[in-house]
Amino acid sequence: MTDTTPTDLPRQKGQMGHIIYVLRANPVTLIAFGMFAFLILSAVFGPALVPYDPLATNASNALQPPSWAHWFGTDQIGRDVFSRVIVATRLDLTISVAAVTISFVVGSVLGCIAGYWGGWLDIILNRCLDTIMAFPLFVLAMGIVAALGNTVENIIYATAIINMPFYARLVRAEVNIRRDAGFVRAAKLAGSSDVRVLATQIFPNALPPMMVQVSLNLGWAILNAAGLSFIGLGVSPPTAEWGIMVAEGANFIVSGEWWLALFPGLWLMFAVFTFNLLGDGLRDIVDPRKRT
Amino acid sequence: MLTVKDLSVMFQTRRGAVDAVRGISFEVSKGEILGIVGESGSGKSVTSYALMRILDIGGTIKAGEATYSGVDLRRAAERDMRDIRGREISMIFQNPRAALNPIRKVGHQIEDVLRQHAQATRYDARRKAIAAMEAVKINDAANRYDAYPFELSGGMCQRIVCAIALACNPRLLIADEPTTGLDITTQKAVMDLVRDLIRERNMSSILITHDLGLAAQYCDRLLVMKDGRIVEQGDPTQIFSQPQHSYSRKLVDATPRTGASVRDLLPKDMRAAAPVLNPSSAPILEVRNLVKTYAGKSGPVQAVKGISFKINRGQCVGLVGESGCGKSTTSEMLVRLMDATAGQIVFDGGDIAKIPARAFAKDPRRADIQMVFQDATDSLNPRYTARQTIAEPLRRLGKMRGRARSARIEELAGLVGLPLSLLDRFPHQLSGGQKARVGIARAVALEPKFLILDEPTAALDVSIQALVLNLLVDLRAKLGLSYLFVSHDLHVVRLLCDHVIVMKDGQIVEQGPAQQIMVNPQDDYTKSLIAAAPKPPERAIEIPRPELEKTHVEQTAIHDKRAS
Amino acid sequence: MAKTFPRLRAIGWRVAQAVPVVVGVVVISFLLTRALPGDPAVYFAGVAADEASIAETRMAMGLDKPLPMQFFHYVGDLLQGDLGQSLTSGRPVSTDLANRLPASLELTLTALILAIVIAVPLGVLAATRPGTWVDHLCRIVVTAGVSLPTFFTGILLIYIFYYLLGWAPSPLGRLDFIYLSPDHVTGFYLIDAALMGDWETWWGAAKQLILPATTLALFTLAPIARMTRAAMLTALSSDFIRTAKAAGLSNRAVLYRYAFRNALLPVVTTLGMVFSFALGANVLVEKVFAWPGIGSYAVEALVVSDYAAVQGFVLAMALLFVALNLMIDLLYTAIDPRIGFEAK
Repeated sequence: MTDTTPTDLPRQKGQMGHIIYVLRANPVTLIAFGMFAFLILSAVFGPALVPYDPLATNASNALQPPSWAHWFGTDQIGRDVFSRVIVATRLDLTISVAAVTISFVVGSVLGCIAGYWGGWLDIILNRCLDTIMAFPLFVLAMGIVAALGNTVENIIYATAIINMPFYARLVRAEVNIRRDAGFVRAAKLAGSSDVRVLATQIFPNALPPMMVQVSLNLGWAILNAAGLSFIGLGVSPPTAEWGIMVAEGANFIVSGEWWLALFPGLWLMFAVFTFNLLGDGLRDIVDPRKRT
Repeated sequence: MLTVKDLSVMFQTRRGAVDAVRGISFEVSKGEILGIVGESGSGKSVTSYALMRILDIGGTIKAGEATYSGVDLRRAAERDMRDIRGREISMIFQNPRAALNPIRKVGHQIEDVLRQHAQATRYDARRKAIAAMEAVKINDAANRYDAYPFELSGGMCQRIVCAIALACNPRLLIADEPTTGLDITTQKAVMDLVRDLIRERNMSSILITHDLGLAAQYCDRLLVMKDGRIVEQGDPTQIFSQPQHSYSRKLVDATPRTGASVRDLLPKDMRAAAPVLNPSSAPILEVRNLVKTYAGKSGPVQAVKGISFKINRGQCVGLVGESGCGKSTTSEMLVRLMDATAGQIVFDGGDIAKIPARAFAKDPRRADIQMVFQDATDSLNPRYTARQTIAEPLRRLGKMRGRARSARIEELAGLVGLPLSLLDRFPHQLSGGQKARVGIARAVALEPKFLILDEPTAALDVSIQALVLNLLVDLRAKLGLSYLFVSHDLHVVRLLCDHVIVMKDGQIVEQGPAQQIMVNPQDDYTKSLIAAAPKPPERAIEIPRPELEKTHVEQTAIHDKRAS
Repeated sequence: MAKTFPRLRAIGWRVAQAVPVVVGVVVISFLLTRALPGDPAVYFAGVAADEASIAETRMAMGLDKPLPMQFFHYVGDLLQGDLGQSLTSGRPVSTDLANRLPASLELTLTALILAIVIAVPLGVLAATRPGTWVDHLCRIVVTAGVSLPTFFTGILLIYIFYYLLGWAPSPLGRLDFIYLSPDHVTGFYLIDAALMGDWETWWGAAKQLILPATTLALFTLAPIARMTRAAMLTALSSDFIRTAKAAGLSNRAVLYRYAFRNALLPVVTTLGMVFSFALGANVLVEKVFAWPGIGSYAVEALVVSDYAAVQGFVLAMALLFVALNLMIDLLYTAIDPRIGFEAK
């Protein structure tokens, strides 16, 4: 809205206060946001701060267990596992955030159209979504990356495609139940067009459940990308990425070199866990009903 | 038979302990029907759950005694309670469809109870279940035995709930709002049935309801509850004619009844002089042969079958009917949210039925036809503050900006009696009555010529309903509005309207001046509607009481809080 | 009779609905085989192919014809069960998949049964005893379960139970080489060995199966437990539970006949999603445990760019999943009497 009037001002001030209130009210949310901030910081500053070059090999220092010099040990060609784990944060976060953003935007638009106007648009969209959902999602992602080629962009597209139906379905359902709500009809009586009603009245009300979906999906997206790398799709060695590192480490687990797979695996879990915890907090922030 | 002494119930919530019932005492004697009346949050339902020991998680009986035929209900072992429930004390609930297991045949649900209490064996359970269904006057019981709840009407579901409750011949029946959500003719049928069965079997009963009129008609004695306390008890006629406590007086006043005007609903000291209304005889809206056909699953369904009526400038017309009669469809078409299949809607001289609903948002007459919606909660966007909600039509249709708009919003808030301090609150921070006021302020913001009121008070407690109805009357006088008042409640319609239209199955069965319809109905359906409405006892002439009443504002605030 | 008729129609309708989905699946998998950047013929002919064999592949696959013709060609092949030749094994892809499918199914089904047997009671207990240790356990399992990368759990389990404790056999395949694989009847080693009465082999196969099945079960447990708990809580707070309690029904009857049966409906609906996850995670688990199923077949094919094998695998998985979903929906129709009566 461009016309900022005195009526809009208290709301602006209220939003910041509300975020602080949500963080204070629920310690789990506070911890989750703390963990999230840590991940973001490692993604942004990690590459500049790590003690070793993540790609530098050192054959004389291979397969060393964790020590003061190498917190997470070294791998089979002497690379520092800690540096690689931290540096990989940026790539993994980028993939998941980009994929979720694409599926959020595309899914929301499609879901709004199908849920509000219904009719044949709805039927066609539902058929398409059914078809995507008819594949086991990870398998579809495998197929897409295999067909389009092994690149990071293709991993992002594949992940976006398999997540999109969740958003489209969710938004469609949320829009559909509010299509004839009293406040929507009232907005029409106030002279709002369909598109305006959809954008200003209905869609914002779908945000709280969508935020939960976003946080779950960020987790899935990371798991998905790491899984694809694990089976050799997408990111290729020697790039530092959690899935590849676990895959490489897996070969050494039967001979007892546990640190190669454990630390990237733990980091991956930590990231997914953070996103899963984030959901409720994000929902509370976008939900005005949580204001007291 | 049942003695309750100093019963207190507490709920452990996230915000700390809440006292739902605060030390109430009463008795139910053999063969008596006791009514417990109160508005939402008064603790009346909690009392009954406490007696049955089926309180929700977090609820505990904090103190007091409840004795049923010598059994201490508070301390009895859970096993003994289970034998008492269903066999000695039974309950029927509001919203009968939800009260039945949706995926179990109703006959089996009755059998479950019979066999639990060893009243039937595997071999005769079916026969006894059918007998229990016949006892509650279900026709063709043997066939209904195999039905699932979703296949039955609301009234029929309530009969099944009664059959479950009465299958084992209990001595005490607790009915918790048994007819809320049912149509008025169904309500009468269910209530008559329950009363007859209770009398026939010489049972006792507790009827819990928010409807003072209904309680007065069916009960031998009444308790009035407020905030978990009993404020008054006694004979219905006496409570109606000479309420002792200020709260029960207010409740009695607010209950719509024959002979009372809309001003009579308010506490005495709040009654302003009746507003001067002068409807003209020039029509503002004329409906001709309006038809609406939906594409149903099994062919087209005609929801509105060619109706015609007229509304004059400044007039208030009531549109009455039970659920599914087409009254909501009609109002949707009039307010131009839905396209008519055929017919004309002549507004201010032009046929607006020709303009598609989608395009009407851009029509200059958009601001002239507005609506107040049924459910105040559903009709306010949870993300908008009261101020933003009222601003919406001003911004879009009124093209008002900045200070002018703020000033107008505050003026409107004053007009509908909404304190300015509440303007920046979100709907969930407002009470039911306050939300209704916001909805009304939004509807009158652009000074429409014609306003449709779609059951604007259906979700409100009676005391709040009284305030809102009076507000609507005042607005009509002040702004010279014409109303179409859509409602299922003839008593309420009569209070506000000059002219009444009765609809059934998409057709108008009768219309005429309100007084004439109420006193001398011609159509059988209208007669049954009027006969079905609860008839509270006549109010005796009041003796002025010395007790000081609270001021208007305070009372409004308190009750508005309750209503949320 | 009048009662069963709409239900039969609902079942027929549901089966008919699977048809456009199968068509969609075939179209997508066709597009995936033809959407390869560059010349598909080069990919399908393999890395070592020369000009002549590429041209031959192009002819054989009909890649020189217009797209709609190619599609008909593709569908015609599919109808004959022809998914192309695998470059690595030299056999038809369909034969390879058929040989390896029982291994995957045995693993996935064991894991799912394991997950359901643990997750449903856990969810029910958590819902009926809120705030107790069962509830907390359920919450931990649910949150941790969705955060666990399956391949990582598998590796962790191998490290603990094989390397450290030495309890589990070496994580390589379905049966240690000291055993002979049982005669092929169903292809499920546990069933085939039991049919032969060869309990030593049965035990050998079971030992190999425990770790991968547990890995997969840990992953699928979480969504089932979460849904069961939520559905049970919703059911328990319904009005009809209050009616049942007020009628004096015993706790058992209230819990199972009233609450649990209603709670089952949403749980059955989520099973579809759970199957999707399980089949996807199956690929990763097979790779970790060198399990000779269709998942590891696809992974091996990916490494050598054997596209016919990969796309055949994707299509087979999709068809399997469509069939599973159909079964779930039919099960749902069987337990919910409201299906077929949309109008209230």
